[in-house]
Amino acid sequence: MIDMSADGSAPAPAKNSLHAADERTRRRNAAEKRFRAYGVAAIVTGLLALVFLVYAILSNGLPAFQRTVVNIEFTMTQEQFDEAESALLKTRVYTDFFIGALTDSLETRGLDAEFDGGTVERLLGKVGGTLRSHYRENPGDIGQAISFELPASSRVDRYFKGTFTRESVGEGNRFMQPGDLDLVDALAEAGVIIQTFNWQFITGVDTGVDNPGGAGIGASVLGSFMMMIVVLVLSLPIGVAASIYLEEFAPKNWFTDLIEVNISNLAAVPSIVFGILGLAVFIQFMHLPQSAPLVGGLVLTLMTLPTIIISTRASLKSVPPSIRDAALAVGASKMQSVFHHVLPLAMPGILTGTIIGLAQALGETAPLLLIGMVGFVARYPETFLEGFEGPNSAMPAQIYNWASRSDAVFTEKAWGGIIILLIFLLSMNIIAILLRRKFERRW
Amino acid sequence: MNDMRLTERATDMKEIKITAEGVDVFYGDAHAIKDVSVEIEDKTVTAFIGPSGCGKSTFLRCLNRMNDTIDIARIEGDILIDGEDIYHPKVDPVQLRAKVGMVFQKPNPFPKSIYDNIAYGPRIHGLAKTKADLDDIVERALRRGALWDEVKDRLQEPGTGLSGGQQQRLCIARAVATEPEVLLMDEPCSALDPIATAQVEELIDELRQNYSVVIVTHSMQQAARVSQKTAFFHLGILVEYGETGEIFTTPKDSRTESYITGRIG
Repeated sequence: MIDMSADGSAPAPAKNSLHAADERTRRRNAAEKRFRAYGVAAIVTGLLALVFLVYAILSNGLPAFQRTVVNIEFTMTQEQFDEAESALLKTRVYTDFFIGALTDSLETRGLDAEFDGGTVERLLGKVGGTLRSHYRENPGDIGQAISFELPASSRVDRYFKGTFTRESVGEGNRFMQPGDLDLVDALAEAGVIIQTFNWQFITGVDTGVDNPGGAGIGASVLGSFMMMIVVLVLSLPIGVAASIYLEEFAPKNWFTDLIEVNISNLAAVPSIVFGILGLAVFIQFMHLPQSAPLVGGLVLTLMTLPTIIISTRASLKSVPPSIRDAALAVGASKMQSVFHHVLPLAMPGILTGTIIGLAQALGETAPLLLIGMVGFVARYPETFLEGFEGPNSAMPAQIYNWASRSDAVFTEKAWGGIIILLIFLLSMNIIAILLRRKFERRW
Repeated sequence: MNDMRLTERATDMKEIKITAEGVDVFYGDAHAIKDVSVEIEDKTVTAFIGPSGCGKSTFLRCLNRMNDTIDIARIEGDILIDGEDIYHPKVDPVQLRAKVGMVFQKPNPFPKSIYDNIAYGPRIHGLAKTKADLDDIVERALRRGALWDEVKDRLQEPGTGLSGGQQQRLCIARAVATEPEVLLMDEPCSALDPIATAQVEELIDELRQNYSVVIVTHSMQQAARVSQKTAFFHLGILVEYGETGEIFTTPKDSRTESYITGRIG
């Protein structure tokens, strides 16, 4: 460039070197750096919270999937069976047989331990009753060597999981004597007491406070599943039909505006409000059975509908209008253009919205409290129909129920239940992603 | 092309296909089309020209009742095709649109295969009895759309995978597949490059053998190249309508002259 200042006709504009940033640029760059730092900080905070949450859930909940059992081979002869059945205190005799067998098996391993019926009851609960019911139900097993896995009592279980220590055993504790843990250690060394995967937690039903170790989440998983069936069968068709009508066919006037505003508002209504509505309408007015997954499903349907309608309308809206024009211009009717062209394109969004709605409903507890789905459910429904109308619980309600009980084993079960619930939610989200992939048109 | 036009001018008065009388269109309070009356001939390309927002597209969309899809649009006056009022309460717009095909500004193939794009119209109107019939219809439509040679080996590939010009010809083929009598084109070349434009224009000229073609265009050169009749719209009014040659050489109205010489618009 020619040096303009040389001819003196015009003052040269101040020249800036490109190698040195001016004040304004520096400030802009600093602001940008600050903003990035905020962003990174926010993400790191979020990740830390997530890591902590996952750690807390896994460390507290994983032990629920393990249980401590006494693994012992036991043979009951016909004479013993007859003797026990003719005795006055039948289970007591069974217990004595069991003690004899346990002592024998310890002696063959070279261990010498002293214990009585009281010790066995403290460590294993009511063994006699368990044995008796087994042999009464399976008379064919009499005279044969049967390998029993008898669940240990909750304190023994916790002793192995590290939440119950020798220091916790006080004198005069009727659940555990200081000498009992010596026996437990000896049994563990002999391989009689072992840790196994707790299938009963997944398949079992809720138990009373006397048997916290046997409590399982199976029945409430079924309850949740039944509710999800009701929600899916009702809310998907109703929600999609309503959205298609509102989005594609309904005239735009004050009435449809009002409906639109109300749907948005309904999506934000606290779930307990839906719960009390369900109590008033479905149970008190329509006399549907209490505590039934059918009613739970109806209430959750009301809750899920706004979510589904909003996401369906959004995905219908995002289909380019040129596709509708194209269909109409070749002489398709309004309905043909919607069902042949618009709906298939909106499908991924509709499915994602539906599954997010279902996942929300799956984790909902408040409405279930109000319609009585938090009861003590100690058995599976007998028929498919009873699964809908019989009393049952649901996963979040069962977790709430366990968390409020005093025994530490139930707390552990509550955390374990949360893991099962999260596995359900994750698999639903994975299904959503897979369906999205399948229906998304990549052209 | 010019020669052809001259011969036709010499031959005759053609049959009138579409008659519009005193058409007014309102979008809410806006008066988009003001008292337009026009007679469109059969087997002729009629071009609507005019500056942006002059109402030419709006008027075009009245001819197959696509404005029905806009809630606030209101149409007054009469539009007759073959002497039948298309806004008569007994007329089903679906039937009308099978008779009056339309091609849009931006190519809008369905996100389906090339075959299904063409076959969709004939399928919903029940034009084909068998699969072989349908194959014939698809082939004939693609040939008329001057696309057959380019796509005959990949009919099952997505229509959206074609180039812009091919997509637009696919849309034209889709429109002719339902055997319409009138073909409306709303700036069909505005999204295309010059070579694709030339192909589409050539196609329009061929389509004139069978259809009454109405084309809206921003390009006066295009109107001069493809059309036999031209209508000039300005501010919602039909200013001048006549032989294309006359409009461009000896316009009667001063506004037309200003527009074609580039002083307005």
